[in-house]
This record gives sequence, structure tokens and C-alpha cells, in this order.
Amino acid sequence: MCVNFKKGEDGPGAAPAGPRPPEAAPPAPGRPAAAPPAPSRPPAHVRVEGVNKAFGDFQAARDVSFGLPEGTLGALLGPSGSGKTTILRMIAGLETPDSGDILIGGARVNDVHPSRRGIGFVFQNYALFRYMTVFDNIAFGLKTQKTPKARIRERVGELLSLIAMEGLEGRYPGQLSGGQRQRVAFARALAPSPRLLLLDEPFAAIDAKVRKELRSWLREMIIRLRITSIFVTHDQAEAIEVADLVIITNEGRIEQTGTPVELYRDPATPFVARFVGESLILENYGRLIGFEDAPLGAACALRPEFVHICPPGQPVQFGNSAEDGEVESVSFRGASLEVGLRVKGFSLTAFYSLENPPVSPGDRVKLLVYRVYAFEGGKARLVNNSRLASQGNGYNFVI
Amino acid sequence: MRSGGGAAAARDWRGRNRALRFLLIAFCFAFISVMLVLPLCQVLWKAFEFGVAPFWRSVSDQYAIKALHLSLLTTALAVACNTSFGICAAWALTRFSFRGKGLLITLIDVPFAVSPVIAGLVFIMTFGRLGWAYPFLSEHDIKVVFAVPGLVLATIFVTFPFVAREIIPVLTARGTDEEEAAVLMGAGLLQTFRRVTFPHIRWALLYGVILCTARAMGEFGAVSVVSGHLRGRTNTLPLHIEILFREYHTLESFSCAAILVAAAVLILVARNVVEGVSRKDADYYVR
Repeated sequence: MCVNFKKGEDGPGAAPAGPRPPEAAPPAPGRPAAAPPAPSRPPAHVRVEGVNKAFGDFQAARDVSFGLPEGTLGALLGPSGSGKTTILRMIAGLETPDSGDILIGGARVNDVHPSRRGIGFVFQNYALFRYMTVFDNIAFGLKTQKTPKARIRERVGELLSLIAMEGLEGRYPGQLSGGQRQRVAFARALAPSPRLLLLDEPFAAIDAKVRKELRSWLREMIIRLRITSIFVTHDQAEAIEVADLVIITNEGRIEQTGTPVELYRDPATPFVARFVGESLILENYGRLIGFEDAPLGAACALRPEFVHICPPGQPVQFGNSAEDGEVESVSFRGASLEVGLRVKGFSLTAFYSLENPPVSPGDRVKLLVYRVYAFEGGKARLVNNSRLASQGNGYNFVI
Repeated sequence: MRSGGGAAAARDWRGRNRALRFLLIAFCFAFISVMLVLPLCQVLWKAFEFGVAPFWRSVSDQYAIKALHLSLLTTALAVACNTSFGICAAWALTRFSFRGKGLLITLIDVPFAVSPVIAGLVFIMTFGRLGWAYPFLSEHDIKVVFAVPGLVLATIFVTFPFVAREIIPVLTARGTDEEEAAVLMGAGLLQTFRRVTFPHIRWALLYGVILCTARAMGEFGAVSVVSGHLRGRTNTLPLHIEILFREYHTLESFSCAAILVAAAVLILVARNVVEGVSRKDADYYVR
């Protein structure tokens, strides 16, 4: 569907003022530099405290608690069915929690009508009013507030220039590309100057190429407007790249809340270790050299970047710690190769620089495993290769 | 563009049963001709057998005109009533979850399943001399059965599923997100309906109204039971046609029938126009 509109999105002269590619939107020259259409209400911090919600037998949220400071961008990240959308909809007031409190700006809003919570909501498929023009879509929230006509025109104009869609206000949503629709949905949510912006899978309906551009565009917008925002996603790369704070949900529970770096470096639970980054699970990893201290049968998560393949024909560092492996597969990943390896019955994955002498399936190589996330009774813990550590090699792995 | 090879393959596939294809199409045409086209032509031919003047005399008979007026009145009232009911029912069924929803859906379909005669009898048994509501009605001097209100009620009963049945699938397919967005932005229920929901259902609604009109205009069974056949007072056009026919006024009967046929043709044309427009509308707005 989106493909049909790609031309319109990128094509020159589709409209007098644009549409430009999304990332070109922020520094629009015609606007006073220091005065973006800032929310007239200050951004609010959000707290969710002990919230439960069930749909029949299905427990969508179990004792969910987290907080988001004002002006930050939070991501609710989890697989589908993990309750993330339900949590977002409860904050918006589209669902009522069975128990627990939702606080926006310090005030409990459980019993406040959705339209009085001061939120803007971007729906998964945007839910633009298909029978209204772009202008009427953006103006809708202002009209229901009985804003004077002149003020509505002014505000919609501001937002149209913010989303770089001046001149397209007479179009209907059906005539816009996926990316343009998303920007209109964003403008519509912002029009009544909300204290909190909620976005449900904002990038899901957009093809991969435009998605990356929109991601950074949205992040810049939100930072510029300094509006507290929460978005829902099932894509860990998206959450990690865009959010200040990531809340990982699984089966209605919160597994971990933290900054992307914290989650990446310090996964608290096996689920997070598996879900964030490209992890493989190894059963009984104590067979690997340097991890002999592991309890019998213990499992761990291993990321490709924790495995180093010694280039063939070059001296092997830390030879006594190196494993022997066989190359099973090599696939081109652009900047590097992704190499599948067979080591002591494990299937591992590692990245391999294109600068090094090539390897091909069937080759025998030496490799080092620097570290793993060991699973211990529902928790995950970083364990370094004891031999590499004891050699004091100073080989510090930095994420 | 279809490639030459693909077209050839398609031809082969269809050509293999050329005889069967011919038979199928011929059968359909034959069936429709015998069952539908010839009888309708017969009606028109009979009506105009002796020219336009006798036809005109037949249809401008005072009882024929009264019957036509009554038919139009009952149809208008029934359609108005069923349109409001249809919108309410479709809205309730697709937007709220409640106990007894399945029952309501089933009940809406009852007129499709029940014989119209029974519909008529139901009203006789309710509002007639033996009905439980009769004492109250006679006390207040309200006549339902064998009077115009009875005709309207019977027509409503027979035609109430049409509008609801057309709107429900559209509302189901559209989902609730636009309405949620409107409510989140502070729109009230009526405002949401008028500005957000209604544009989606307007063509389906019109389509339902057209079907409902067609059915109400031609309704015979249920109306026949509650009418009492008082010429000039409770005879709708279909009832009038039947009476004329029974009295061997063949020309008059077929002349009035020609009016109903003309109405049916008009309604069909309207239906096709609405279908075409709504498809174009959907292409424009909903992608």
C-alpha cells in the first residue's frame, strides 16, 4: 500500500513547500529559530503504580509499576501479547485498570475522562479521520475545545510547518504516503498542547526504509518540544535507538526498566538478555574454556560481539584460552560478515571484519569467548571468561 | 499487463470445459428469462395491451390513487423507523460488549426467517379483539388492527433487519480507532457519530434504506393479515392489485402492477448508482 505513495513522498514538486524527507523537516528556515510551537502546558511526569488488568481469563497487566520523569521519552518494549499496548491504553484512559493507580503530573487520573488527562495519542494505524482533510484532522481536538477559528488556523499552520507538510492541508489521509500520515497523526495529537504524548507502535505500519528516517525525526521532534512521551514497540532496536528509558514487558509483567545502555549491558533477567541484542542461548555453557566455574547444566545468553574469531594465518592471542571451531555459514551483513560456528556441539554466531583474511564454511578457526550472561534462578549476570581475566590482559570489552 | 504465456494458460484452463461453460451461462439466462423477465414483460404487456389511455384510466382510479398514497405512507414511516433502529442497533452491536449481544443479533434476523403471515398474526393477537392490549386500546379509542397503524407496524416488522444488516459489516470492518481518537480529543458521542462514524456508513445506510424501501413497497403477506381490506382506507397497492385481480379486473390489476414494476426498476437503478458511488468514494478516502 505504501509503495504506491513513495513517489509522492520523495518526489519533487508534489507541493509548494515540500514534502521533504522527514529528517530535513526540523531546521525549517522560515520559522523563528528559538520558538518552536512549544506545549503551553509544562510536560508532566508519569507514574504507574501496581496496576493490574485482566480481559476475561487473560491477565494483560500484573502489578505494573514504573515512572517516567518529565520531558523524557520512554519505550514500552515487549513481544506481542506482553501487555504493553494495554498499559499505554490505560494511561490514556481507553482502558480502566482493575486495580492500581495512574498518575500524570502527580495527580491520580484513574477517574479522569481521557479527554481531560492532557494527553495526545498516536494510534498504531494512525486512526486519521479518513473523511476529513489534513487540516480538519489536525484541527479536530481544537474544535472540540471551542478554540476560536483564527487561533485554530494559526495553530494548524504552526503544526503543518513543524511536520513539513505546508500546502497539503487540503488532502485526505487516503492521498498521503505512510510517512506523511504518521506525521499528520503526530501533529493531530500535538495540536491541543498535551502534557503527555502516547504513541502505539508508531512505526509499525511504515516500510523499513522510511521507518529509520521517521524514527530519528520523531526523536528530534520530541526532544525539541520537550514533551513527555511514551511509545510502544516490539522492535528492540527501535526502543534502544530512540528511547531515553526502556520498560521491558513480558506476560503482563515488567521485566526491567532502565536506559538502553543499562539494559544492553546489564540485563536483569534471562528474558531481557534474550530479548535485547542478538542473543543466543547456550545450555550447559560450563563446557566452554574459561567458564569451568559455571554450575552444572547452567544456561547463558551469548551475543555475537562477545565472540572473537582469530583471523586464520595470524598469530593467535591467548592461545591457551582459544576454542577450536568450525565455520558453518558465512553471511554478508554489510559492514561485516556474520559467521555461524560449531564449537563443542554449540552453535555460535560471531561478527567478522571484512578486512581480515576471508573464512568460508568448513574452515577450522580459533575463537575466543569473552563473556556471557549467565542465568541463575530467574536472574541474569555478566560472567567474564576467567582465563582472559586472570591473564590480566586488559582486553576490556566496551559496548 | 498480463504476459502472453499467462493469457494462453488462462485460455487453456477455461477452454478445457467449453461445453460446460456454455451450458452454465445458457442455463442462467434461461432461468432468469423464464422466472423473471417473461413474467415482468407479461405484466407490462397486459397493462398496455389496449394502449395508454385505458392504462391511465386504471391507475387514476380514486381507489388506486388512495392505495398508492397508503403504500407510500407506510413505506415512508416504516423506512424512517427502521433507519433509526438500524443505526442504533448497528452502533450498539459493534461498539459495546454486553450480555445478550448474540441474542440481539439473532433476533434482528427473525423477520428473514419468519413467514410474513405470522408477523401479521402476531399483531392481530396483540392488538386485535383477542389481544392483551385490546382493552387499553379500545378504552382510548385507538385503532391498530384493520387500520393504518397496523399496516405500518406489520411493514416495520417485516423490513427492520435491512438497514442494520447493511451497516453492521461496515462498522465492524472500520474498527473503533477513529472513534477512540475523537473521544480522546474531547468529542461527545453525538459529535463523534456525526463527524467521524457517519461518513463511513453513509453509503451502506443509503443502500439499506433502498433495500428496505423496495421490500416495504411490495410487502403483501403481513399487511394482508392486518389490513382488513377496506377499499380506500386500508388497502395498500399490492393488496389493491390482488383484489382487482380476484374481481377479474385484469387490465386494472396489471396497470397497477406496472406501477410497482416501475418503482422496482427505479429502486434497482438507485441501488446501482449508490454502489458505484460508494466504491468510488471508498477508493478516494479509504486506502
